[in-house]
Amino acid sequence: MMPGIGVLTQDTLWCFSQVKGTIEIGATEADIISTVEFNHTGELLATGDKGGRVVIFQREQESKNQVHRRGEYNVYSTFQSHEPEFDYLKSLEIEEKINKIRWLPQQNAAYFLLSTNDKTVKLWKVSERDKRPEGYNLKDEEGRLRDPATITTLRVPVLRPMDLMVEATPRRVFANAHTYHINSISVNSDYETYMSADDLRINLWNFEITNQSFNIVDIKPANMEELTEVITAAEFHPHHCNSFVYSSSKGTIRLCDMRASALCDRHSKFFEEPEDPSNRSFFSEIISSISDVKFSHSGRYIMTRDYLTVKVWDLNMENRPIETYQVHDYLRSKLCSLYENDCIFDKFECVWNGSDSVIMTGSYNNFFRMFDRNTKRDVTLEASRENSKPRAILKPRKVCVGGKRRKDEISVDSLDFSKKILHTAWHPSENIIAVAATNNLYIFQDKVN
Amino acid sequence: MAGAAGPGTGPGAAGGDGDDSLYPIAVLIDELRNEDVQLRLNSIKKLSTIALALGVERTRTELLPFLTDTIYDEDEVLLALAEQLGNFTGLVGGPDFAHCLLPPLESLATVEETVVRDKAVESLRQISQEHTPIALEAHFVPLVKRLASGDWFTSRTSACGLFSVCYPRASNAVKAEIRQHFRSLCSDDTPMVRRAAASKLGEFAKVLELDSVKSEIVPLFTNLASDEQDSVRLLAVEACVSIAQLLSQEDLEALVMPTLRQAAEDKSWRVRYMVADKFSELQKAVGPKITLNDLIPAFQNLLKDCEAEVRAAAAHKVKELCENLPPEGRETIIMNQILPFIKELVSDTNQHVKSALASVIMGLSTILGKENTIEHLLPLFLAQLKDECPEVRLNIISNLDCVNEVIGIRQLSQSLLPAIVELAEDAKWRVRLAIIEYMPLLAGQLGVQFFDEKLNSLCMAWLVDHVYAIREAATNNLMKLVKKFGTEWAQNTIVPKVLVMASDPNYLHRMTTLFCINALSEACGQEITTKQMLPIVLKMAGDQVANVRFNVAKSLQKIGPILDTDALQEEVKPVLQKLGQDEDVDVKYFAQEALSVLALA
Repeated sequence: MMPGIGVLTQDTLWCFSQVKGTIEIGATEADIISTVEFNHTGELLATGDKGGRVVIFQREQESKNQVHRRGEYNVYSTFQSHEPEFDYLKSLEIEEKINKIRWLPQQNAAYFLLSTNDKTVKLWKVSERDKRPEGYNLKDEEGRLRDPATITTLRVPVLRPMDLMVEATPRRVFANAHTYHINSISVNSDYETYMSADDLRINLWNFEITNQSFNIVDIKPANMEELTEVITAAEFHPHHCNSFVYSSSKGTIRLCDMRASALCDRHSKFFEEPEDPSNRSFFSEIISSISDVKFSHSGRYIMTRDYLTVKVWDLNMENRPIETYQVHDYLRSKLCSLYENDCIFDKFECVWNGSDSVIMTGSYNNFFRMFDRNTKRDVTLEASRENSKPRAILKPRKVCVGGKRRKDEISVDSLDFSKKILHTAWHPSENIIAVAATNNLYIFQDKVN
Repeated sequence: MAGAAGPGTGPGAAGGDGDDSLYPIAVLIDELRNEDVQLRLNSIKKLSTIALALGVERTRTELLPFLTDTIYDEDEVLLALAEQLGNFTGLVGGPDFAHCLLPPLESLATVEETVVRDKAVESLRQISQEHTPIALEAHFVPLVKRLASGDWFTSRTSACGLFSVCYPRASNAVKAEIRQHFRSLCSDDTPMVRRAAASKLGEFAKVLELDSVKSEIVPLFTNLASDEQDSVRLLAVEACVSIAQLLSQEDLEALVMPTLRQAAEDKSWRVRYMVADKFSELQKAVGPKITLNDLIPAFQNLLKDCEAEVRAAAAHKVKELCENLPPEGRETIIMNQILPFIKELVSDTNQHVKSALASVIMGLSTILGKENTIEHLLPLFLAQLKDECPEVRLNIISNLDCVNEVIGIRQLSQSLLPAIVELAEDAKWRVRLAIIEYMPLLAGQLGVQFFDEKLNSLCMAWLVDHVYAIREAATNNLMKLVKKFGTEWAQNTIVPKVLVMASDPNYLHRMTTLFCINALSEACGQEITTKQMLPIVLKMAGDQVANVRFNVAKSLQKIGPILDTDALQEEVKPVLQKLGQDEDVDVKYFAQEALSVLALA
C-alpha cells in the first residue's frame, strides 16, 4: 500500500515539485500563508492566508505520457472565508486571518472543511457542478421575454453538460463562543463533533448546531491577575472519541477523558518534563511554551513543538518525552536578540509523516527540518526559488556555529529571521510535503527513480 | 385535471382557451430556477400544480429527471422537495408508477444536510407503502441495497431508516438479504453509520420474527452497546426499550439485562445519562419484577453518580419512577429504597441537580399520602425553600398545588413567606419575574386574608420596580388577582393604591398607573372604571411629560369601550380633542387614533 513509506528508513531524496504564489518580493501582508492542511486522502491541499482567503489545490490525475509531472497540485477553488470585522462592544478589530483549517472526513461527493479566524469557525462545503438547466417558458434562448399569448406548451427545463464549476458555500457559522483568540480546531473521530480552543477555554460543538456549544475546559482564574498559563493548542485523539490533549504555555500537556465528567477540568494524564536547573535562564519559560501538539496517526504518541525542540511523548509515560530533537539549538546563544525582535514568540508547527516514522518542523531562513525516528538521522532543507527546477534535488543545508565556516555552510549570524517556516503539511500516505514560506507554498516530493 | 382534451398539448396538460391558464404554470416552472431562493421555494411548494398541468406522463419523463439533478439547491428548497415527493404518487400515475419517485428521493437521501436526508427517508417510507409487493422487490429493495452499500456514509445512514418498511412485505429470500445488509451497517467503519443503525435497531426489531430478534438483533444490540465510541453505546440504551418489549421475561433476563446493567455502570457519563434519561421507558419495558431487582438498585447508583448531569437526569425521573411502581408495596419501596437517596440530593453540591429534584419532588406527596408527606417530605420542602439557589425555591413554589391537595398549604405557609419575600427582592430581575408569575396561583391557594396580610405589599412594590419587565408583569399580575378575588376586593385594596401613583413625581410611575388602568379596567367593570379611574386618566392629560400624555390617549382608547356614551361624549371626547392639538407629534397621533377608533371624530 503506501508507496514510498518504506524508503523513508533510508535517506529520502527530496526534490522540488512546485511553488505557488507570486515571485515578486513585495508581496502584501494579506498574501502571507497562515495555515496548510492536506485532506484525508491527500487529493486536496488547502491553505489559508492572512487576508482571510482559503485556496484549495487538487492533485491532477497522473498522466502516462508526462512521467515527470507526477500528480501536480493545481488550484481547485479559491474563496474568501473570513472578512475583517469590528467588535463594537469591546472596540476590538477582528482580523480575517485564517488561523487553522481542518478537513472533515468525506461524507458524500462534496468536500467539507472548517476554517477559523480568532473568533469564528466556519464550515465550508466545496462541491462540483457540471450540468446546468436550459430552457425557459417565458424567455427565449437569448433571454428575450416572450409574449405570454404565444405560450402554447409548457417546457420543463433540461439539464445539459457544462464546464466543471467548483463552488464553495458556507454551511455553518459557529460564532460568539470565544472571548479569547482561537488557536486550534480539531474534528472528533465520532464525526459529529469538533472542538475549538482559545487561550483559556475549550468548547465542544456539534456540527449541526451553531447556537450552542459546551465548555469542556476552562482555566480562567477568578482573578485574572493570578493567570499563570494559557492554552496554546488542542487536538482530539485520532481514534478514541472521548480523549483529547491540550498544551500550555508552561510546556505541559494534559490528556482529558470526556467520559469521566462533563467538564474536563481535571485531566487524566499530565505530561511534563522536569526542568534542567543548569539550563535555567530568563528565557526558560518563554522557550518551553508549546506552540503545537499533534497526535501520531496511530494515536500512541503525541508530538509537541517548543521554541528550540520537538518532543515525542508516549501516551503511557508522563514524566518525560521518549524522544527530543533539537531543531535549531544554535539559537540558544541568541535568545536575547530573538526576544528583542519578538521572534522568540513565533509559533512553529510540527507534522508527522504518514507512517509516524519521520517528523517535520520549520525554522528560520526558510529552513525546515526532518527527523527520522528510526535512524535518528536528521536533515535541514531549504524552501527557495533558487533551485526551483522541476525534479531538482534539494541540497541539505548546514548552519555553522562559530569557528571556521566551511563551504556550503551558512553562519548563524547571517540567518534571515524574517523568513520563517511556521506551517507545513505532510501528505497522509505519500512522501509529498507542502511548506509555507511567507507568501509562497512549496511542494516537494521524494525522488522516484 | 381540467382541460385534459386540449389540442396539441401533452395528455393531461391544460389546454382549451389555455394560453391564459398556461401562463401561471409557465411562471412556476421558470421560477424553479429563479435566483431568489424564496421564489424557488414557492415554486417547489406548488410542485403538485406543475405536475398536474404537465400530466402524469410528462411528470414522469421530464419533471422528475430534472428534479433528480437539482440537488445543488439550498437546504430549505431541498427539504420542501423531499416533502412534496412523498405525496406525489397520484401525480405520476398511481401506485403502478410509484417507483418513478425513487431516483430523486435517492439523490436527496445522500445530501449532507441531516434534515433533508431525514425528510427524504420519511418520504421514501411513505412511498414504500404504495408499492405493490412485486414493485417493492423490483424497485424499492434494490434502492435500499444501493444506499446500504453506497460509498459515502450519508447514503448508508439513510438506508438504516428504510429496512423496517420493506422487510415485512418482502419474500423470505429477500428478507434474509435485508437482515444481512442491516448487520453489516451495524458494524460499519464510520461511527455515523453505526449510530444511524443503532437508532433504528429497535424499530427494525419490531418488524422481525421473534426468532430473528433473538438470534440476530440481540447480538447486534450487544455489540453496539459495547461499541468503542460512547456516542454509539448511548443509542443502544434507546434500542433496549423496544427490544425489551418484544421478549419474554425469561429471555429478557438472559439476553438483554446483562447489557442494560453494563450500560447503567458504563465508564462514560453520557451513557449513564442516557439510562437515567430513558428510565421511565425502560421501567415500563422490563416490567415490575426486573424493575425491583435490577432497576431500583441501578437508579440508586444514578442518583449518587459522580457526574452532576447524570444525577440531575435521574432526579428528574424520581416522580415518574415512583408513580410507575406497582401500587402494592409501592409505599415501602419508596420509603426504604428511594427516599434516603432523595434526602441526600436535597443538599447536593450542584444546583442543577437540586433544581431538577425540586421540580418533581412535590409530586411524591400524592403517592405517599398525608402522614408520610408531613413526616418525611415536608422537612425536605422546607429545606428546599431555604435553598441558596433561587431556581430550587421557585421550582418548589411553582408546584405547591400538589402538596395543597394532600396536606393543605398552611403547613408550609410559615416557611413559604420568607422564601417568597426573598425571591421577590432577589437582585436578579429574572428571578423576580419568575416569582411574579406564580403570584396568582399562590394567592388562590393561600386565600385572600393571608394574601392581604403578607403578599399584597409585595405586589404593589413591584409596580415601582426599576426594571420595566417587572413593572409590566406586576400590572398583569394585578389583573389576574382581580379576576381571582373579585371587583370589591379590587376597589378596596388595589385601585386606591394604583391611583395614588398618578401624582408620583417620577413620570415612569405615573405611566404605571395608566398601564394598570389598561389592565384592570375590564376586570373591574364599568362602574369602577367610570367613577374612579376615568377622572384620574383625564387629569393626567395635562401632564408635563409627553410620554404620559400620549399614554393617556392610548388608555382612553383602551377603556373607551367599557364606558357609557355619556362619559365618552362629554368627558373623553373634549380631552382627546385637546390632545389632538398637542404640540408633540406622538401625542397628536395617538389622540387622533383614539378618536377614530372610538368613533368620536
